[in-house]
Amino acid sequence: MPKEQEQKRIQRREHGAGGGEDAGQVTASERAEKLKEEMDEILDEIDAVLEENAEEFVKSYVQKGGQ
Amino acid sequence: MAIPKVVGTETEYGIAGTGAADFNPVLASSQLIATFAGALRRIRWDYEQESPLRDARGFEPVQVREPAEEDVGLANVILPNGARYYVDHAHPEYSTPECASARELVVHDKAGERILERSLEEFHAVMPEGYHLQIYKNNSDGKGNSYGTHENYLVDRATPFSAIVRDLTPFFVTRQVFTGAGKLGAEAPWDERGRHRYQLSQRADFFEAEVGLETTLKRPIINTRDEPHADPEKYRRLHVIVGDANLCEVATFLKVGTTALVLKMIEDEYLPDLSLANPVAALHEVSRDITCTREIALADGRRMTAVQVQWEYLERAAKYVEQEDPSPENEEIVRRWEEVLTGLETDPLSLHRQLDWVAKYRLLEAYRERDGLEWSDPKLRLIDLQYHDVRRDRGLYHRLVAAGKVERLVTDAEIERAVLEPPEDTRAFFRGRCIERFREHIAAASWDSIIFDVGREALQRVPMREPLRGTRRHVGELLERARDPATLLELLSS
Repeated sequence: MPKEQEQKRIQRREHGAGGGEDAGQVTASERAEKLKEEMDEILDEIDAVLEENAEEFVKSYVQKGGQ
Repeated sequence: MAIPKVVGTETEYGIAGTGAADFNPVLASSQLIATFAGALRRIRWDYEQESPLRDARGFEPVQVREPAEEDVGLANVILPNGARYYVDHAHPEYSTPECASARELVVHDKAGERILERSLEEFHAVMPEGYHLQIYKNNSDGKGNSYGTHENYLVDRATPFSAIVRDLTPFFVTRQVFTGAGKLGAEAPWDERGRHRYQLSQRADFFEAEVGLETTLKRPIINTRDEPHADPEKYRRLHVIVGDANLCEVATFLKVGTTALVLKMIEDEYLPDLSLANPVAALHEVSRDITCTREIALADGRRMTAVQVQWEYLERAAKYVEQEDPSPENEEIVRRWEEVLTGLETDPLSLHRQLDWVAKYRLLEAYRERDGLEWSDPKLRLIDLQYHDVRRDRGLYHRLVAAGKVERLVTDAEIERAVLEPPEDTRAFFRGRCIERFREHIAAASWDSIIFDVGREALQRVPMREPLRGTRRHVGELLERARDPATLLELLSS
């Protein structure tokens, strides 16, 4: 186990140093393309079940605060 | 050695009504619950053991209590699965029965969603045509009003509360990266620029203090409510108010599983000091960083991302599970925790099958892209809200599940069973079975007692101060042998 622990630590440092920086932007356009293909079907389904009159519906959703 | 972590969640659901001129959320919540409970409605919750204003720091502030809701006859029932279903602050609230594992908690948390969904169906069957309720498992109306999803963990009374505060605060501030349910917009009064931005957490905006007793205003990251609902000499019930309502099973499993492990490590003094320089500001910052790359300051001057802070906890947890507490569930918690942190470091959006904030963000982004919408478009607000709708045919989370786009941990059959049956390995078993079999003879019940009325002059109180007693193993056979409650009481006292 101690050995595995070491490896995990090293692996994490590598991720921490490089991976984080570009996680936000690099593949933004690629991702958008892929997402579109994948999601088209589910978006159509959303259209079918979304409450009508979004603006009014969202505006009228007011809750009394709780805990 | 740390004590077993008995866990439970309490969820205040959002409620809206259409088609009624004088919609009253308190009344509607009560009707919703009463309709579901039917014959259970006469069972009253026993508040005798409750003292919500007692403080974990050891003093009892003097405050005048508002008239209790049960005084005006609002629905408040215990279900045969050992859960409590009641009206709290103008919301229907569901408290799961006590569970002895994170996985069991996922099953019962989901059973709560099903109970709300079924309540809606029952309600609509008896209410006038055109009057409709919507129920949401979320924590904010997007207009500055929040309602809670609380977690409860059994902890050792001997553990100093200061150690809990020190070691749990950095964990809570940073666990949002996987527990967040996502929110379009900001509700903190200082954040005008965030009005149309997406953040990780539903709740983070509503926290303004580090430690305190409040739950409805000036909410603290660590809540000091000290109401153990168990032997107070031995136990504390840590009441966690800083979490979001999760729909993703993996997110719920990780939220509860990792927190339980961290609490065990606190009890066993296993953690280094990761105190943050400014926990409240960091809570808001972490929630506002969907790239999960911004650094927050530790009290000792180091700077780390939320994910890096989580790695610090995970590394200790992996060692702890290996050396002190090996079990299949603990190993699964560690494995999934590691997978999620790795994913968050490489590409947070890759976790759309596991985490609510990612699943919802991905939906919003795709919808926005397709229709060329601005982030301020009301349609996107509606998608944010309807993601949390409990109806499986209308809720967008549930549509993702139906399309196979969300990872499941438990089965529908397990969830359906938990709507009616209690967990078998906590005292919820005894409570639930007694409610199921002898409800006509139960005068009152609470988390830690049942009061029987068996026709004798005095009511008979059965205390349940040990959350891990009253299990099927302890009392299953005895309950089967008892044909009536009087016999049960005799068997219990012999």
